[in-house]
Amino acid sequence: MTTLAFTSTLSRPERATAATVRGAVAGAGLLVTVVLIGVGAFLAVAGWPGLTASSSELPLGASNFWALAAPLVFGSVWSAVLAVLIAVPAAVGVALYVTWFAPRAVAGFLAALVDVLAAVPSVVYGLWGLMALAPGLAPVYAWLGEHLGWFPLFAGQPSATGRTIATGALVLAIMIMPIIAAMCREVFQRTPRASIEAAQGLGATRWEVIRLAVLPFARGGIICGAMLGLGRALGETMAIAMVVSPAPFLIGFSVITSANPNTVAAFIAQVFPEAHDVEVSALIGLGLAMFLITFIVNACARRVARIYGEPR
Amino acid sequence: MSTSYRVDWRRRLTDRSMTVVVTGCFVAAMVPLVWLLGTVVTKGLARFDWTFFTSSMRGIVGDGGGALHAIWGTVLITAATVAISVPIGVATAIYLTEYGSGWLPRLIRFLVQVLTGLPSIVAGLFIYALVVILAGPGARSGVAGALALSLLMTPVVITSAEQMLRLVPTSVREAAIGLGAAKHAIVATIILPHAASGILAGVMLGVCRIIGETAPLLLVAGFTDAMNSSIFDSRMATLPVYIYSQWQNKGADLAAYDNRAWTAALVLIGLVLIFNLTSRLITHRFAPAAQGVGD
Repeated sequence: MTTLAFTSTLSRPERATAATVRGAVAGAGLLVTVVLIGVGAFLAVAGWPGLTASSSELPLGASNFWALAAPLVFGSVWSAVLAVLIAVPAAVGVALYVTWFAPRAVAGFLAALVDVLAAVPSVVYGLWGLMALAPGLAPVYAWLGEHLGWFPLFAGQPSATGRTIATGALVLAIMIMPIIAAMCREVFQRTPRASIEAAQGLGATRWEVIRLAVLPFARGGIICGAMLGLGRALGETMAIAMVVSPAPFLIGFSVITSANPNTVAAFIAQVFPEAHDVEVSALIGLGLAMFLITFIVNACARRVARIYGEPR
Repeated sequence: MSTSYRVDWRRRLTDRSMTVVVTGCFVAAMVPLVWLLGTVVTKGLARFDWTFFTSSMRGIVGDGGGALHAIWGTVLITAATVAISVPIGVATAIYLTEYGSGWLPRLIRFLVQVLTGLPSIVAGLFIYALVVILAGPGARSGVAGALALSLLMTPVVITSAEQMLRLVPTSVREAAIGLGAAKHAIVATIILPHAASGILAGVMLGVCRIIGETAPLLLVAGFTDAMNSSIFDSRMATLPVYIYSQWQNKGADLAAYDNRAWTAALVLIGLVLIFNLTSRLITHRFAPAAQGVGD
């Protein structure tokens, strides 16, 4: 209403400018809205022929779309869950170190170092994971296969190249750890002073302060960070596409063999450049499925954040 | 007496061991960083030479060749992405902070959050589906790549610009209103200059996010061995896709392809770090002091 109060005192050309500026910025906002709705609608329209395609038209000669999608969705979820399981404890440790243990003078610098990990492009992670990390882990997988082969995760013939889903999940974990750590750092810093001082006043050691005051307060933030990380890991493409050696239509829980489930995103990147006609539609349909999955995960993350009163 | 001593001793041991565990976590997190940077630098230096920066891959089989076409493609596509997403992003942020009220800003904020979590390959698929309708199947171009990257960069710009615009003190706005300035004049002459450095830092962070993106460019910009200076016409190489394709389509001389991939990775990481550092410097110099940490 203040707007009206003073635009009315403007001269006519000025009023025209004000209206134009208002229209332009509102238009930009509307554009963002239209684009996002367009993403969903377009993918649905372009992917539709793929959903009903027959075996001869689909990539890999899959019997139908769902037979193609199910193992890939499994692979995406499985690798992302593994990555989150590795990344969350590490991220909490890193964030605790930066906020509570590191010398004050270097804490900011150390936090920035962690953020550098998040800035490294995924294709570089892919190259490193495949040429440096995977060969380095191959002996570990051989040992695990020999001594812990009875455990379902380590069943089967260990991969000689190390290009397994375990390596892929580890690379994903390295990529999402800084995101979770940043979230944790933020909530650790906002622990109420009164709780900290109350614990200290009772003679709590540093770890007891963290256990009694910091961690309970930060629970929501940690869950939210983990879900944001999960969303990132689900959509990550190049690292998995380059590191993991996939086997078609595989659903399996062993993490050390050379036959691994593929992920939706990696499969799209690998097959798309040579795909045509209905194959492309099927890949777009897969993309739509992934869009929906990450959308739900991110929505849950925001819901958790709101319940616990965290930012974002 | 003796019991309380033992409890104390145990508590102190727990405290010490947790210190070791937490410090260990941090050290463990630094291992991949050091290992990765070390590998990229040592292997990347093998081909970090004049030829790499002055020639393309046209007609190259085996040794030699370079990434000039990919570097040029990255520069053009990144510039086009910035040209698309900065005006839209900043205008949207201005709308959200200065003009918007009611249901539209709430809807926009929600959609920006959704876009922030959009997997990059889905952005690529979307632009592909759009381009197919406009230009027919099989069309690849630099501008399609820039559009896909804009989908990823615009939310970053909106979020950071909105934060920066909110930091402009109310007293400054009120003083301007008191002088009888019109809203658009306040925005243009007072609020934007006030927030400019913060917005710039956000833009550089956005560039960091998109400059290393591979998947969407692989789908919509494609790959080529030759220079291409027109973003509107035919396939265009970029550094991330160059790395992928050097690894993916190796010729007989394996080492030559690997070395080129590592050197390109070195250049790409260098670019990302430069943008990241500059963004931090700007934030550090111009933003209000950050809050203290921890205890």
